[in-house]
Amino acid sequence: MDLEYGPDYDVFRKQVRAFIEAHSHLAPPSSDRAARPSSKAVEWQKLLIEHGYTARTIPQEYGGFGAEPDILQSRIIAGEFARARVSGGLSNQGISMFVPTLLELGTEEQKLRWIEPTLKGDVVWCQGYSEPSAGSDLANLKTRAHIENGEFVVNGQKIWTSTAKHADMIFCLVRTEPDAPKHGSISYLIFSMDTPGIEVRPLKTMTGHAEFNEVFFTDVRVPLDQIVGQRGQGWFVANATLGHERGMLGDPDALENRLQALIALMQEEHLGQGRAIDNPVLRDRLVALQAEVAAMKYNGMRILSNSLRGEPGGMAKLIVKLQSCELAHQISALAIDAIGELGILYHNSPREREGGAWQWNYMFQLGLIIGGGTAQIQKNIIAERGLEMPREPKLAKISDAAKATADMPRHKQGSA
Amino acid sequence: MDFGLSKDQQMLRDAVARCLADTCPLDHVRECAERDNPLSDKVLRAVQDLGIPGMLVPEEHGGLGMTLLDAAIVAEQLAYAVAPVPFLASHVLAPIALSEAGSEEQKAHWLPKIASGEARIGVAISETIEVRDGAGVSSAAGKLNGTALFAIDFEGADAFIVADSGGRLHLVGAKASGLKAIALTTIDRTRCVGELRFDGAEAEPLADDRGATVARLRAAGRVILAADSLGAGQAMIEKAVDYAGQREQFGRLIGSFQAVKHMCAEMAARHEPCRSLVWYAAHAFDAVPKEASLVACHAKSHTGEVHRFVARTSTEVHGGMGFTDLIGLHYWFKRIGFDRQVLGGPETVRAEAAALQGWIKAA
Repeated sequence: MDLEYGPDYDVFRKQVRAFIEAHSHLAPPSSDRAARPSSKAVEWQKLLIEHGYTARTIPQEYGGFGAEPDILQSRIIAGEFARARVSGGLSNQGISMFVPTLLELGTEEQKLRWIEPTLKGDVVWCQGYSEPSAGSDLANLKTRAHIENGEFVVNGQKIWTSTAKHADMIFCLVRTEPDAPKHGSISYLIFSMDTPGIEVRPLKTMTGHAEFNEVFFTDVRVPLDQIVGQRGQGWFVANATLGHERGMLGDPDALENRLQALIALMQEEHLGQGRAIDNPVLRDRLVALQAEVAAMKYNGMRILSNSLRGEPGGMAKLIVKLQSCELAHQISALAIDAIGELGILYHNSPREREGGAWQWNYMFQLGLIIGGGTAQIQKNIIAERGLEMPREPKLAKISDAAKATADMPRHKQGSA
Repeated sequence: MDFGLSKDQQMLRDAVARCLADTCPLDHVRECAERDNPLSDKVLRAVQDLGIPGMLVPEEHGGLGMTLLDAAIVAEQLAYAVAPVPFLASHVLAPIALSEAGSEEQKAHWLPKIASGEARIGVAISETIEVRDGAGVSSAAGKLNGTALFAIDFEGADAFIVADSGGRLHLVGAKASGLKAIALTTIDRTRCVGELRFDGAEAEPLADDRGATVARLRAAGRVILAADSLGAGQAMIEKAVDYAGQREQFGRLIGSFQAVKHMCAEMAARHEPCRSLVWYAAHAFDAVPKEASLVACHAKSHTGEVHRFVARTSTEVHGGMGFTDLIGLHYWFKRIGFDRQVLGGPETVRAEAAALQGWIKAA
């Protein structure tokens, strides 16, 4: 057990800290992921790239800083910006998912054309994956493209498309090979959101805001070369980025910051005779969450060490999305309970606390538990990959069984 | 930067695991559990051959001078094998108490004997955490009066280290006149606790440090109990996964049903971060003393909650068989129950964690 990063890294940490102290007045407030970045956010992003605090390992010819990958340096940067509660740069699906995909699987021409403007916030992307009938079973997607006059012609519908209203471009999974098997018939297309035939409808959620959209395609024409990977390889191209999304949702710094905000809230807010934290039941719940956040923090350090040794993350990594999203949700739940009746205030009400952020978080985090691989899908992954438990029986068997029992009343079917 | 076990620690873990796999199969545990004194001489000898009694005894007193993380690694393996041997008090808390607060004479007398396995010391500090049934020990003029409950590693102890109501520790011989020692029967037949009734029993005090050493003992004890819980939880998860991979119902392995699979996934998801928390808590005891008490509380309370869930869920995955004595799953279930309650249940320990952070005035 050696928790020291060593003198070189200590120097590096001091540099990062000094940079944040000297420049944090230029940083934008924490960004709304569904919106187009403000000019302040774009300027901040450029400054961070220039100093190597974001896009650090992306080669210079594509607009990055061009440093050698160094896990500890990346960790120090993320940790210091989180600790100071200063934006660590733009975080959107173009940067977190599309850029890594292009770096891995794009052509040289695609990399040169798209990565730099994406990193610098000039081109904003949205992700066209989920569909009404393709959620957990993403490969069941129905949006299709046929070829006509040397172009793809796309028809169908996407859902859960954050940023679509403000996006310039979309990276989109489309079925292009109707005769190929399910996973081998999908292509990964990229096209402009200004292309005729695209309609974006905001999707209002339980939070009262439209954090997502539905996107409808009617005869949307896309040049044949606007594809990442080959035709029919889209499933594998997309899987390269789903890993990035799962990693993004399990950030231990974010949990630590939410916990600290909860502690501050419970020390400030009064309920009856004392502060919220003086209530033994609420305090007990707080300490229980604190222990769990600590466990996730050290779990994160263990994953970090595994990757430094070049070993896979193993079970420690497989459980991160499930546990972190659940824990974040519980932190918000306690914050609402800790302010009692004030906890219901929302929509800029008089006496509302922190702009209703705890209620918004409580609802939105339920969305995060469901999105990016539902909790149930995560449990399948943990059980089947982590614990090597037997997989579900083949689909054909279930369909046969379903046919055989189709006429039976539902409540009499075997429970699985 | 390396968060994890060193090569030596991995070797220690593997050596203890191998030793226990050879000497402590479940049949042996069952045989011991049915006796009045359930401790296993055979396993104890094997553990002594590995040098475990001297792990935390300083080298100048004939021990190995190892760390609490090393001890936590051993605790995890002992629980994995539900080994009926003394450890927490006799091999961890007593050597720490003597090393940190013993006189030179006490150290010279006891530490080499602990290291060689010649002597074992039980530890009774429960009343510094919470007082039950009017228990509590007072000391005056070298004599103890009152009652100490839940003396750990009670059976076969040659002496006890006992905390008085002021948090000062005293060493008292097991056969001292004025001491009546009464065994308490618990759910867990693999470890022994007892009650010590003092009526003017002669005792030697350890250093008067206003409770500093007893606080260290609470922290170390909680880390070791958390590590024990971790090992027992690991065993219960593995057993559930194995069983679900063999048992068939409705023409399928039950592990292919999501209802069963998700129970296993939930156990693993909650259990896995506990490992890192316990490792860090053990590391902090030696390397980051200012964090040690708080993170020990977190490790103890969190593993207590997680492994209660694991214990009942693993039992459920085993169906009716889990509820029987036939497969002996209950030995781990009960080990986890013991680990959760001793030295403070989760609520008590969380209150102490809050007090340590200044969130309440006193625990």
